[in-house]
Amino acid sequence: MSEYVSTINACKMCMPIGAALAFRGIDGCIPYIHGSQGCATYMRRYIISHFREPIDIASSSMDEKAAVHGGGPNFKKGILNVMRKYNPQLVGVATTCLTETIGEDVPRLVQEFREEFADLPLPEIVTASTPSYSGTHIDGWHAALQAVVNGVAQPVDSHGGVTLMPGFLSPADHRWFKELGARMGLALTLLPDFSDVLDGPTWETYQPLAPGGTPMEAIRRMAGACATVELGVPHRLSPAQSLEQRLGTPARFTDTPIGLRATDRFLGVLTELGGCVAPREVAARGRLLDALVDGHKYVFGKRVVVYGEEELAVGVTAFLAEMGARPVLVATGGASATLADRVRAVVDGLCPLPEVRTEADFHQIEEEANSMEPDFLVGHSKGYKLARSRGIPLIRLGFPIHDRFGGQRLLCVGYDGALELYDRIVNALLAQSQDASPVGYWYL
Amino acid sequence: MNAVLEERASQVCRLGEEPFAMVCNRPSLAGAVSQRACVFCGSRVVLYPIADALHLVHGPIGCAVYTWDIRGALSSGPQLHRMSFSTDLKEKDVIFGGENKLAASLDELIPQYTPKAVFVYSTCIVGLIGDDVDAVCRKAEERFGIPVIPVHSEGFKGNKRAGYSAACQALMRLVGKGSTEGIGPLSVNILGDFNLAGEIWIVRGYLEKMGIQVVANVTGDGRVEDIQRCHGARLNLVQCSGATMEFARMLQERYGIPCIRVSYLGIEDMADSLYKVADFFAAQDPSLRERTAQLVRTELEWLLPRLAELRRDLEGKRAALYVGGSFKAFSLVKAFRHLGMQSVVVGSQTGTTEEYEELAGICDPGTILVDDANPLELAAFLEEKKVDVFVGGVKERPIAYKLGIGFCDHNHERKIALEGFVGMYNFAKEVHASTMSSVWKIMPRKGYKPPFLDKEGCHV
Ligand code: SF4
Repeated sequence: MSEYVSTINACKMCMPIGAALAFRGIDGCIPYIHGSQGCATYMRRYIISHFREPIDIASSSMDEKAAVHGGGPNFKKGILNVMRKYNPQLVGVATTCLTETIGEDVPRLVQEFREEFADLPLPEIVTASTPSYSGTHIDGWHAALQAVVNGVAQPVDSHGGVTLMPGFLSPADHRWFKELGARMGLALTLLPDFSDVLDGPTWETYQPLAPGGTPMEAIRRMAGACATVELGVPHRLSPAQSLEQRLGTPARFTDTPIGLRATDRFLGVLTELGGCVAPREVAARGRLLDALVDGHKYVFGKRVVVYGEEELAVGVTAFLAEMGARPVLVATGGASATLADRVRAVVDGLCPLPEVRTEADFHQIEEEANSMEPDFLVGHSKGYKLARSRGIPLIRLGFPIHDRFGGQRLLCVGYDGALELYDRIVNALLAQSQDASPVGYWYL
Repeated sequence: MNAVLEERASQVCRLGEEPFAMVCNRPSLAGAVSQRACVFCGSRVVLYPIADALHLVHGPIGCAVYTWDIRGALSSGPQLHRMSFSTDLKEKDVIFGGENKLAASLDELIPQYTPKAVFVYSTCIVGLIGDDVDAVCRKAEERFGIPVIPVHSEGFKGNKRAGYSAACQALMRLVGKGSTEGIGPLSVNILGDFNLAGEIWIVRGYLEKMGIQVVANVTGDGRVEDIQRCHGARLNLVQCSGATMEFARMLQERYGIPCIRVSYLGIEDMADSLYKVADFFAAQDPSLRERTAQLVRTELEWLLPRLAELRRDLEGKRAALYVGGSFKAFSLVKAFRHLGMQSVVVGSQTGTTEEYEELAGICDPGTILVDDANPLELAAFLEEKKVDVFVGGVKERPIAYKLGIGFCDHNHERKIALEGFVGMYNFAKEVHASTMSSVWKIMPRKGYKPPFLDKEGCHV
C-alpha cells in the first residue's frame, strides 16, 4: 500500500463526536462541546442522519474574541443556558481542536463555575479532553466514559451487580445486552446505554432530552459491582481499568460477542460472574449453528473486505471466518497496535490470514481491494462508492449508515445478532446471483 | 416553561401582536443549541459544487468527514467535488505547524487528480497555529500552473455569512482569467444555485428556450474555466443572496455587470424571474418577452390542474418553515399559499433585518418570525401553532417526527428538484405526501390510544 500524506475519503471521525454519543447514553446528560458552534452542529447533523432521532449537543459557540481571550465566559454562560433549558443531571463536556490548541484548562473552568454559582442547584459536570487531532471518534468515546466514571462513581459497598461497557454499537445491540442480563438473572448496568435515547417512540409533547440511558445513581454505585466487563481490548483510556485503579472494582475484558465463539466466551464470563444461561440462549445458539450449516455453500470461500471501527471489524472478521468465508482485508481508520494480533487470533485455524491495515482511508482500502477481488464488503455506508464501482454487495453495519433505513436497529451481537447478520449476508449473495442470472430462477 | 431564552427574546417576533422588531445576524448564544453551523460550513456550501476543482480541507479530520458528499449538488461531468480530501492534522502538526504537510498533500494530490483548480479551506486551528496558508498555496500555484486558492474559513471567525464572504473572495481570484470570446449579448451567469437534484438544469433549460446564453453556473455544476470567463456575461442572476450577493457586487464594481435577484421556487417567483430577464434584454431582443410569456403559459397549463388536485386535500393546513437563508422563505410562504396553506412559523439561520422586514410584510398576522432558532424553541412553536407540516433540514426533521408532525426536506441534502415549474409540482407532491399520510392519525398526540391501554391493570 502506498504511503499518503493526505487523507482521502476518511474511514473515521473526530474525537468529540464519539464523546458526544457516549455522553448521550447517560440518563439526563447533555453533551456539551467546548469550541465553536460549527462542530456541534455538524456532529448533530451526522448523528441525526443515522439514528433519525433528536440529539441536542450544546456548544459554547466560541467566536474570534473568545478564541483569543479564552473561552471561559462563553463556557460558563453556555452551561447556565443549558441548565435553564435542559435541566440536565449531567453535563458532559468535550473539548475540540480549537479549545485544546488555545490551551483551555477546562477542569479549572468547571471549578470556577462551581464556586461562582454555588448557590444554584448545579448538575454534575465532567470533562473529557478530546482534541480532534489526537485520535478518532472511538478514542473520544472512551475518554468520555472514563471522565464519567472518574467524576461520578463513588466508593460504595459491594452490591453484587455487574457493569457492562458494551462499546459503540447500535441501540438494538444495547437493548439485547440489557435483556440478556435480565434473562441471566444478573443485575446488569450498561454504560453507556442509548437503546431508548437513540431509538425511541414518538412523544406527546417535546422532551428536551430523550428519556432513557444509564441512570446516574447506577453510575454512582458502579464501584460496588463484582466486576466491570469492558468489551474489546483495554483502550489506553479504558474506563474499566480506571475504575479498577481508583476504586478497586475488578476489570474484565472480552471480545465483543459477534459470531458464535465470541458469544460463547462472553456468556462464559457472565456465568462466572453469577449469571445463568437461559434455555432461550441455548435454543438461539442451536438455531445459529443450524443456519450456518444450511447456508455454508453460499458463503464458502467468499472473499470479504471488512472496514470500520476496530471492535466491530474484529468481531465481524471472526464471524466471517467461522461461517467459512474468507476475510481478505481488515481495515480501520484508527491507530491500533493490537488489530493485527487480534485478527490473527480470531481467524486462526479457520482461514488464511487477511491483510490488516490501520490508519486507513478509503483511498487505500480501494487500492488494496481492487487487487483482492472481494465478493462483498462489510462496513458502514461510506464504503458504498467502492461496492458500486466493483458491483458487489455492501453489508451495512456500524456507524454511519446514511443510505439505508433502520441503521439504529441493526443487531449484530449474541446468537440472535449473528443470525441476523448471517441472513443478511446470504440473502445479499443470493440476490446478486439471481440478478446476474440469465434465467432468473425464483426457486433457489 | 417559556421556550425562548431571555437573551434571545429580541430574535423572535409575533406579527400583529407586537410592533415589528427583529434582532439578527448576531453570534449564536452559548449553550442555546443553535441550528447554525460555522464559517467553514458557509464557504464549503458555496464552493463545494465546483466539480472540476479539488477541495482540500486543511485541519483535523472532523470537518472534512462531516461534509463529505452530504449534499445533492449534481455535476454533468467530473465528480471530483464528491471526494473528501483532508490534511488530517495530528498532534505533531499542531505543535510544529501544518505547512509542510499541506505542501506535501498538494504535491501528492494535484498530479494524481489533475484538477482545474484547488481550494484550500483553513479550519479552526489552522488560524491559531499560524500556518501561512497563502504562501503555501502561492508556491503550489507556481509549481503546478493552476490556481491554488486559500479559503479563510476558520470556524470561530464569525458565522456562516463570514464563510460566504470568504468563498466569494476566493471565487474572485478566478474571475477575469479566461477569454470571453463567444459570449453573446444575451448572456447571464447563474449565481447562488447549487444544482441540488439537478435544479440548475431545469432553470438553464428555461433560459435556453428563451434564447439566453448561460456563461457560468456559480456554483452548482460549476466549472473553473466557466467561472474564469464569467465576467463576459451581461447580467448576473442571484438566487441565494446570502451566499453570492457579495460576489455579484464585486462583479458589478470591477466589470460593470448588473445583477438582479431571482428565485426559482414557486410559481410567481419563477415566472417573475424569467420576466425580469426578458425585460432586462428587451432592448436587444424585442420578441424575448413574448417567447417568455409563451414558455410560462405552456408550463402553467401543465402545472395548474395538477396543483388544483393536490390543493383539495391541503386547503387550510398549517405550515412552519425554518431555512438557512431567509430569502428562500419568501418563495416558500407564497408557494404554500398556492396550496391553500398558511405559514404560521417562519424562521431562518442567517436572515438580515431588511429580509425579515420584507417577510413580515407578506406573512399573516399571528405568524411567528424567528432568527437563529434551536430545537426547543422550534418544538414549542410547532406545538403552539398546531402545525401540520414543517419544512426544514435534516437537523429539524426529528423535531417534527417526534411530535407526529409531517416534515419536508428543503435544505441542501434534498434529492428531489424543487425549483422551476416542475419543481413546484414536486414540492406540492412532497407536501401532500408529508401531510396526508394516515400515520399522523395513529399518533398518540392526535388522540389515538390503543384500546388495551384503557383497560384496568393493563397500563404499560
Ligand atoms: S475537526 Fe475540529 S473543527 Fe473540525 S469538526 Fe472536529 S472538532 Fe470541530
